[in-house]
Amino acid sequence: MKTVKVYGPGCKRCDATEAMIRDAAARLGVDVAVEKVTDAKSIAMAGVISTPGIAVDGRLVHAGGLPDAAKLDGWLAA
Amino acid sequence: MNVATHAPAPHKGAPDWLWYLGVPAAGVVLYLLYGQLVPIAEWVTALLPVARDSHTGEAIAFFVYDVPKVLLLLTGIVFVTGVLRSWFSPEKTRAILAGRREIWGYPLASLLGVLTPFCSCSSVPLFIGFVSAGIPLGVTFSFLIAGPMVGPVGLGLLYGLVGWEIATIYLVFGFTIATGAGLVMGRMRLERYLQDWVRELNAGPVGDLPDERLTLVDRLKIGLDQVREIVGRVWVWVLAGIGIGAAIHGYVPEAMMLRIMGGEAWWSVPAAVVVGVPMYTNAAGVIPIVEALLGKGAALGTTLAFMMSVIALSLPEMIILRQVLTLRLIAIFIVVVATGILATGFLFNAIL
Repeated sequence: MKTVKVYGPGCKRCDATEAMIRDAAARLGVDVAVEKVTDAKSIAMAGVISTPGIAVDGRLVHAGGLPDAAKLDGWLAA
Repeated sequence: MNVATHAPAPHKGAPDWLWYLGVPAAGVVLYLLYGQLVPIAEWVTALLPVARDSHTGEAIAFFVYDVPKVLLLLTGIVFVTGVLRSWFSPEKTRAILAGRREIWGYPLASLLGVLTPFCSCSSVPLFIGFVSAGIPLGVTFSFLIAGPMVGPVGLGLLYGLVGWEIATIYLVFGFTIATGAGLVMGRMRLERYLQDWVRELNAGPVGDLPDERLTLVDRLKIGLDQVREIVGRVWVWVLAGIGIGAAIHGYVPEAMMLRIMGGEAWWSVPAAVVVGVPMYTNAAGVIPIVEALLGKGAALGTTLAFMMSVIALSLPEMIILRQVLTLRLIAIFIVVVATGILATGFLFNAIL
């Protein structure tokens, strides 16, 4: 079970990122819990200054813009 | 509007050579199309059952000519900007600006504000991330003002719709206001007017992301993605702006325009700012209006003041920043920026 956090105030791209993660996880058969972090304070505390940011199991892997689909698979499968 | 909600299959898509060939080819097609806009617009207008020299005919001709022109320009500018900005990121900018207390921090922040890609929806985390990394508040403000104020979209459209002279004046004064306002606010020691939780916050170190190696094709993809995202979002504002511009162009008598926005009336500059602040649109929406105003004989200073206040002082942006700034700090911010805008307006009305 992986914990994936999506950091973003709720813009369209943040929703799209969350959907990409769920799709990729389903496709790869990886069990994930996706949590959206929308509060500005928590986003900043996580060290994210460009959104959406993604952390997998507490490690920040991506910040700013939609993630690359191939890389996303890599983070989830690792 | 068509943000991909499904994960595209990895490693598929156009081969590299198609990008190297396709992007220049698309550029040439857009350029040729751009050169044919006048005949196309006249032809379309002639199809409609209105006299070309009537008020309605003038308004329609303006609209039919400006819509494709602005959309073509916008597409080109957003693409080029997207590619250029792929070399910059808020994280890199933060590292460059951190600890710059000397005076050069301000113009540098304005410059990076223009070059760094960031969406206004992440301005709060960005603001906190900057301030907590030790970037002085004034420098952070220079960055935040310059981004929208002298954005490439506004400059490119000004260049295409009103000419290079006014685009250059706008660039120089917009940049000066962003730098100067940051400098003034930096001197005022405003840290105490941040929201309490922001002052006490010590944000985590910026995530240690591996430096992404992007190929040229990756950067071209980013440019195209930006076109889809931004043009898909702002076209409504563009149509609305051109609609208002067309109405001004067709129906507002020149004598009336001179009375309201001419250089003679001293109050026209502050009035333009007061009208501009609550107007929420973006550069792409306001510049067709500016084009129509100048065409009808509005004074340059008044028009510049109007454009700057619409773009740089927007209420929704203030409401977002309210999370981190006290009302007092927001008021100081508005007063300082508005003073710069007023000075620019009065200056150009006086010398022209």
